[in-house]
Amino acid sequence: MMDFATSAWARFFVLALVGSLMVAAATRPALAQDLLPPAPYAYKQLEEPALEAKAQALMETLRCLKCQSQAISDSDAPMAGDMRHQVRTRIAAGEEPEAIRTWLVERYGDYVSYAPQNKPIMWPLFAAPLVILLLAALLLRGRFRRDPKDSGK
Amino acid sequence: MIAELGLAVLWMAAALAALQLFAGVVALRPGGAAMTGLVRPLAIMQGVLVAISFLALIDLFLETDLTVKLVAENSHSMKPFIFKLAGTWGNHEGSMLLWVTIMAMSGGIVALVEKRLREDTLIATLAGQAFVSLGFYAFLLLSSNPFERLPEAVPEGAGLNPLLQDIGLAFHPPTLYVGYVGLSVAFSFAIGALVTRDVGPAFARAMRPWVLGAWIFLTIGITAGSYWAYYTLGWGGWWFWDPVENASLMPWLAATALLHSASVLASRNALRAWTVMLGVIAFSMSMVGTFLVRSGILTSVHAFAVDPERGSFILALLAIYIGGAMALFGFRASTVTEGERFSLFSREGSLVFNNVMLCGTLAIVLLGTLYPLMTEAFDAKVSVGPPYFNPVSAIFVIPMMLMMSVGPLLRWRKDKPGRITAVVAIPALVTALALLAVVVFAPGIRILPIIGIAVGAGLAVGSWMPLKGRNLRRTPLSVYGMVVAHFGIGVALLGAASESAFSTERLAAMNVGDTQQVGPITVKLLSIAPVAGPNWTALDATVTASYKDGAPVTLHPQARTFSSPPGERTESALHTRWNGQLYAVLGKEGDDGRWQMRFWWKPFVPLLWLGGLLVALGGILSLLGRVAHDVRRLRAEGKIAYRKARLENLK
Amino acid sequence: MTEAVAKRPSLAMWLPLALFGAFFVLVIWGLVRPADREVASAFIGKPLPQFALEAATQDRPGLSTADFKTGKPKLLNVFASWCVPCAVEAPTLDALAKRGVDIQGVAIRDRSEDLARFLATNGNPFTRIGKDDVSQVQVGIGSSGVPETFVIDGNGVIRYQHIGEIRPEDIDLILRKLAEAGQ
Repeated sequence: MMDFATSAWARFFVLALVGSLMVAAATRPALAQDLLPPAPYAYKQLEEPALEAKAQALMETLRCLKCQSQAISDSDAPMAGDMRHQVRTRIAAGEEPEAIRTWLVERYGDYVSYAPQNKPIMWPLFAAPLVILLLAALLLRGRFRRDPKDSGK
Repeated sequence: MIAELGLAVLWMAAALAALQLFAGVVALRPGGAAMTGLVRPLAIMQGVLVAISFLALIDLFLETDLTVKLVAENSHSMKPFIFKLAGTWGNHEGSMLLWVTIMAMSGGIVALVEKRLREDTLIATLAGQAFVSLGFYAFLLLSSNPFERLPEAVPEGAGLNPLLQDIGLAFHPPTLYVGYVGLSVAFSFAIGALVTRDVGPAFARAMRPWVLGAWIFLTIGITAGSYWAYYTLGWGGWWFWDPVENASLMPWLAATALLHSASVLASRNALRAWTVMLGVIAFSMSMVGTFLVRSGILTSVHAFAVDPERGSFILALLAIYIGGAMALFGFRASTVTEGERFSLFSREGSLVFNNVMLCGTLAIVLLGTLYPLMTEAFDAKVSVGPPYFNPVSAIFVIPMMLMMSVGPLLRWRKDKPGRITAVVAIPALVTALALLAVVVFAPGIRILPIIGIAVGAGLAVGSWMPLKGRNLRRTPLSVYGMVVAHFGIGVALLGAASESAFSTERLAAMNVGDTQQVGPITVKLLSIAPVAGPNWTALDATVTASYKDGAPVTLHPQARTFSSPPGERTESALHTRWNGQLYAVLGKEGDDGRWQMRFWWKPFVPLLWLGGLLVALGGILSLLGRVAHDVRRLRAEGKIAYRKARLENLK
Repeated sequence: MTEAVAKRPSLAMWLPLALFGAFFVLVIWGLVRPADREVASAFIGKPLPQFALEAATQDRPGLSTADFKTGKPKLLNVFASWCVPCAVEAPTLDALAKRGVDIQGVAIRDRSEDLARFLATNGNPFTRIGKDDVSQVQVGIGSSGVPETFVIDGNGVIRYQHIGEIRPEDIDLILRKLAEAGQ
């Protein structure tokens, strides 16, 4: 991995995290950057609007591996550009978005997908809203006056 | 000299806080009445001293005193004035000093103006405030002294992170800070009320302005932060469900719930234990957020070492204060009587619904943020992002927004559905029509934006209904505040849903002279030239944009390069119209000499931030209404007391 | 309706503390656990995807999947001339090559002339170097940065991933993994 944790850069990021509460969404400036032009479809949309929309929707849910908490659709990191190129060319070749997601998950694990995968480890997360509503019902049980006519004199 | 003065004054303030805690505790014990008179003056003195200390640090930054370590590491003599100023809090030590300053000054103001609360409850509150402050003094003085000198002055400072050299970001963190710390006052009130078992309307009324104030700052902070992310990050996104963003959203959700439950307690003497709990939770979320951001525990791969020692320190404070408060709650809450009861179909009932939904959203955001950490305990690396947060938070948020058109129309205690049917029919009709219109005229939109547009439109109309049939001149300012804030939520939702539904994107490699079409706008790249700013240089593109053959306007997206410290940042250019915004970004130059440009046309997106500001404006109106009401009442009481005294004299 | 009903002592009142306790335990664990900030490839144990990369330099042939199916375990080193840690690990790679290890390179987003200069300065331990301008192989094997080194067995199956530069103290580990892959 590129390890930029020299003191100046470490300070840069401590600063960014401390001084701002939203900076973590920002791209990490690359100290060493390649000089190659981006992959053909990194910054180029597909001609067919329907396909491009499909690709865009998928890219918004794939995590950039080199950035802090960014989707590949929101990043200037070269590798994110290469992944966009992969997604667009595969969509153009007729692959389904979920097949591409599965292809990437096979290689990088669930980490690469912002959309939670249907796996036992994620089930508690899906159950959470239901649990919260049940808990609320349980806590509120019996708190309201049952009979509005009983004015409690 | 200034640095030594600042440090000395800070130590004195810490000593006063210790004394304030001691005096408060003694005063609350039997036979400690002698100490009672001491607590208020101590709190006020402490506030003044810390303010002096903070002014000293500001002065060091403005003068760029390079013998001070903090200044040398974070400032630069060539920086513009405003960023020298912002440099004061744009770093760990300075931001902690800001935290302590706001905390102590708030305590001082409470001591100065609070007259309604029972004296013992107030003393318990101020003692609590001193107790919380002491932890942060310890943090500041023992591990992050902002006034530390260097053995010898350095020739030049290291500068400020280019990302922070932005007027929005210079003031965004302190705005959020004021909100975070303002919630500490609510926390202290909750502790005070629990200690003296005095959880009643007076407690809610005393706490409410502080919650409202903190909430206004949080609202502005989040709105500004979102706008900052939108125009700085260069891809047109405005909310990423990033852990750091969530850290700022969670206190807001808790504060919003607290605001509403406090109004039930103040008006109806109900929801006592719940309001106290929310007071504790709201500040917990501030501290949890601060901890999550500073410890770096959630910043995933490739994150840089955020000082783990500092993270541990905040965690220790969190354990002491929040753990302590929750234990106190466990012991005391069952002795807090439940208060007035009410029927399900009543104003209180709707506010309980609102509280459940807000807390549900809060729980989802907290869980989703922490979930990747939890799964790592089972050796699984996962990501939780927008595809989870958006639909799941909608489960809670959408019913709540529907209820916002109903709840304010209801009477306290109990009401009959028949009484408000005719009024509720109006927003319901608007929602249905909007739904129909979107489905018919703009097919192919994802389900969440459709619901968002329909519900947002209904709420934007429904929020005004509480004014129907009222004498507008006699309506209290706080009612207007509520109406405007609810309206703002509807407007923001419309903006967000519209952005998500109707945005068009255009990525293009352009030669100078080329034109491109993005949505209804034609853009033309006229020229690209280097320009220089105070501490940066940039490539500056001149782009004209014309809306449907209208007169062209000129935009200047830039790619900036900063020198001290080195860094790069895109500066997107925005053109705002009443019906949307054009977003233009200048990218890199390709091998063939063409420039990589990115354009978005985002219909109605400004409504998002306009809505946020309206919400804050609603808060301000409410706060003004409450304060004016209190001042009038104090005057009236003063007059009565004066007359009484005169009567006594005459006798 | 003004009576204030005293509540029964209830376990629900301890719920907040319990939840806070759970949070506390979680983050304490999060703080003390060994920092693991890399995304490991999930593709270990699987065969290399099909690829055929052009030669990245003039004096070394290009690289394709077939080159790994020779019955002998090899290293696949993902690197680039613009990457500083790659220069740092170059002497270690040389040492490995001198001990008979066959190292195949995949140059990520690189230009021939930059690469030639890099190899001239830092040594060239590679038998083949493929040119991967769109990170096709990198993404294909689940690598998320440079440098990374993969142990590939004689059947072209990925057996081990080393993230970051190989340091002298890692040499024994790499040799052991190669030996394991050769069994």
